[in-house]
Amino acid sequence: MSAQTTSTKVFEYNPTALQGDDPLHGELMELNMGPQHPATHGVLRIKVVLDGETMKEIEPVVGYLHRGKEKTCESLGWRKFFPHTDRLDYVQPLMNNCAYAIALEQLGGVPVPERGQIIRVMLMEMSRIAAHLIYLGTTAIDLGAVTMFFFTFKERETIYTFLDAYTGHRMNNTYVRIGGVYADVNEDVGREIEKWCDHFLGAVDEYEKMLTGNRIWYDRNHNIGIVSKELALAWSLTGPNLRGSGFEWDLRKQQPYSSYERFNFEIPVGTTGDCYDRYLVRVEEMRQSTRIIQQAVKLLRDTRGGEFLADDRRYVLPPKGKVHTSMEELIHQFKIVTDMALPKGEAYGAVESSKGELGFYVVSDGTSHPLRCHIRAPGLMNVQAIPVVMRDRLFSDTVSIIGSLDFVMGEVDR
Amino acid sequence: MGSLIEIKDNPAQEGFLWTRVDELVNWGRKNSLWPMPLGLSCCGIELMAMIGPKFDLARFGAEAARFSPRQADLLVVAGTLTWKMAEACRTIYDQMPDPKWVIAMGVCSSSGGMYDSYSVVQGVDSILPVDVYVPGCPPRPDAVIDAILKLQKKIERERPVELLLQGANTDEGIGTRRFDRAPNRGVPTTRSHEFLPPGQVSDR
Amino acid sequence: MTSTQERVQAALDGLQASISSARDGMPTITVPADKVREAVQRLKERAGFETNTLVTAVDHYPAEPRYELCWQFLSVSMNDRVRLHARIGGDQPAIASIIDLFPGAAYSERECFDMFGIVFTGHAGLKRLLMPEEYDHFPLRKDFPHHGIEPDRLYREWDRKRRERPSNTAFQQEQQEEGAR
Repeated sequence: MSAQTTSTKVFEYNPTALQGDDPLHGELMELNMGPQHPATHGVLRIKVVLDGETMKEIEPVVGYLHRGKEKTCESLGWRKFFPHTDRLDYVQPLMNNCAYAIALEQLGGVPVPERGQIIRVMLMEMSRIAAHLIYLGTTAIDLGAVTMFFFTFKERETIYTFLDAYTGHRMNNTYVRIGGVYADVNEDVGREIEKWCDHFLGAVDEYEKMLTGNRIWYDRNHNIGIVSKELALAWSLTGPNLRGSGFEWDLRKQQPYSSYERFNFEIPVGTTGDCYDRYLVRVEEMRQSTRIIQQAVKLLRDTRGGEFLADDRRYVLPPKGKVHTSMEELIHQFKIVTDMALPKGEAYGAVESSKGELGFYVVSDGTSHPLRCHIRAPGLMNVQAIPVVMRDRLFSDTVSIIGSLDFVMGEVDR
Repeated sequence: MGSLIEIKDNPAQEGFLWTRVDELVNWGRKNSLWPMPLGLSCCGIELMAMIGPKFDLARFGAEAARFSPRQADLLVVAGTLTWKMAEACRTIYDQMPDPKWVIAMGVCSSSGGMYDSYSVVQGVDSILPVDVYVPGCPPRPDAVIDAILKLQKKIERERPVELLLQGANTDEGIGTRRFDRAPNRGVPTTRSHEFLPPGQVSDR
Repeated sequence: MTSTQERVQAALDGLQASISSARDGMPTITVPADKVREAVQRLKERAGFETNTLVTAVDHYPAEPRYELCWQFLSVSMNDRVRLHARIGGDQPAIASIIDLFPGAAYSERECFDMFGIVFTGHAGLKRLLMPEEYDHFPLRKDFPHHGIEPDRLYREWDRKRRERPSNTAFQQEQQEEGAR
């Protein structure tokens, strides 16, 4: 790790220190961007000190969407926090559900049945594609390629249609439960998803045709916002931002969860770690996710009729049909809804979300309400890297860098 | 122009349209809303979907999304408003030229929704006047389109000339001030009296 | 004892560290609060943990020592994780910062300061991260109510100034209208 990466000066806001700079540059100018700005992808605010066109000091200001999720979790209890996890990274709600469920399952020691795992994998990969499509559409629109927004949203709408048919809502699905998922996948949905996968691979090629060789896109992304491998590790970057720097690290491969070890897929890595590499990594990840979905649909066909929810009456609600007929099940239902306690201890559950490592660190004191639920947001780390990546770059690169670091403010601010 | 404007069926006056100024102004306003999408959280994604290819807001003349409040007349507050963001939100509203309308999209901006916490504004109407509330978390794009249609009906009923003649803020254009637009003062915003000792959970 | 535990044990030799396994199987180290910095340094240099995953705290109010700090590190070369705990008292809580070793912990420490009021000594830019800078309270402390204490205070102060601004004739008008009604 080099010396400048460890500097804590990033957070110092000291324009006077820069007065003796290059005389060719004009006076220092402070510029504010956000919190309401279409290119900041949410309510991020960035304070910049400009020396001519060059950015000298950058300070991201976050917290404009801080809703107090962790406090809410302590007040609501374990189960009732599930809907709140959807709204963390709201472009991929099911991924957040899964991460929280994995943390609680580790704490409670609940095994998830095979079919439940496969359904989760399918949902997570669909979420990943949806999140990467948002990245592609919004970043492209910020860099002037308005058509991409319509292209990507067309596919997103298809994913939403599937989720609508399957989970009952377009986004914020709250579909994952401790020990599995809420309901089984309809076979028709699986068939439609399979059909769409073939179509989607063609759509990704279309995106690449639009952007990869595009002169404007290339010039505005290539060699911009370079994150070296060491820098990425030191600044806790994960996910496509780390892989774009050429480091092959993917929790799905390295520390498999939800039976990812059964699936065949590859981890794309970049070479230089610039915005263009991160773009290529994400595009390739969409293809690999499609591959995983295709395998998952096949596996779902093979495991038809299997259990998708653990049969554990400590944490899993009994089926509704039994609740109405059996006294014991009614008592179980009542106990789980009102007072579901998890054993004393601590656990950390993480998934490889589209932004990086999304983790839940949960501490239980043995009661129905958590002692602490900390959300390890990859987006916060990506925002943290903004000053490091942007310093001494031209101001016009801001949009490409912010877009390619890819964060969602709901997750950053929590 | 539909029912708004009658064509005088008189050959001598052929080529003239007769209407009331009120209706002409309202007709123009309601069919060319320029929304300013204040995408704060999840609802912002559905707002994008609404402008996107499937739902196509252009059918209702409101697709010209402007990210500068100076060029917009419809503020769509989409998502959770926090007290930290409230200042920015109110500033944006102030910067919009009259006449202006507000849609509170989603339960968070309508009432605080599921976030009953220390940092969330319990309804955007505690800081600015709202015309249409859209429930849902997030509402489907269809619901927001319905809200825009409802807003168009509301605009139809406005009386710009009457307000002009009453002399309110004549320097800001026709019919700018609408007297019913003060923020909703009835919304409680502070719950400091509900202090609970640690370990005890509010039943709210 | 797993290989990770052995590696960590060897690295932290002589630091009064106790190592156990948490419910998720992650090796969990507990060290005295004044040894944290050295422990982190050794974890980085001797045990090969390159990345900081999270820095957070748990409030054990009203028990003393009140705060339980938690760091979590990831070794990408060895593919394992480790968790580090230290307890500090509730009266002017402070702990050594680790951002010169792990710059990626900077925002996590700021967040921890914002939410619990724990001061990380040696962190140059330690200020609030999520709440406004003028905010008075530390929300994640257990004695802070979920609904907050005067959540709108800062906004109301700003709002009063806004209405008093001389250029803001529209608001004076609005105020007059309200007064007339």
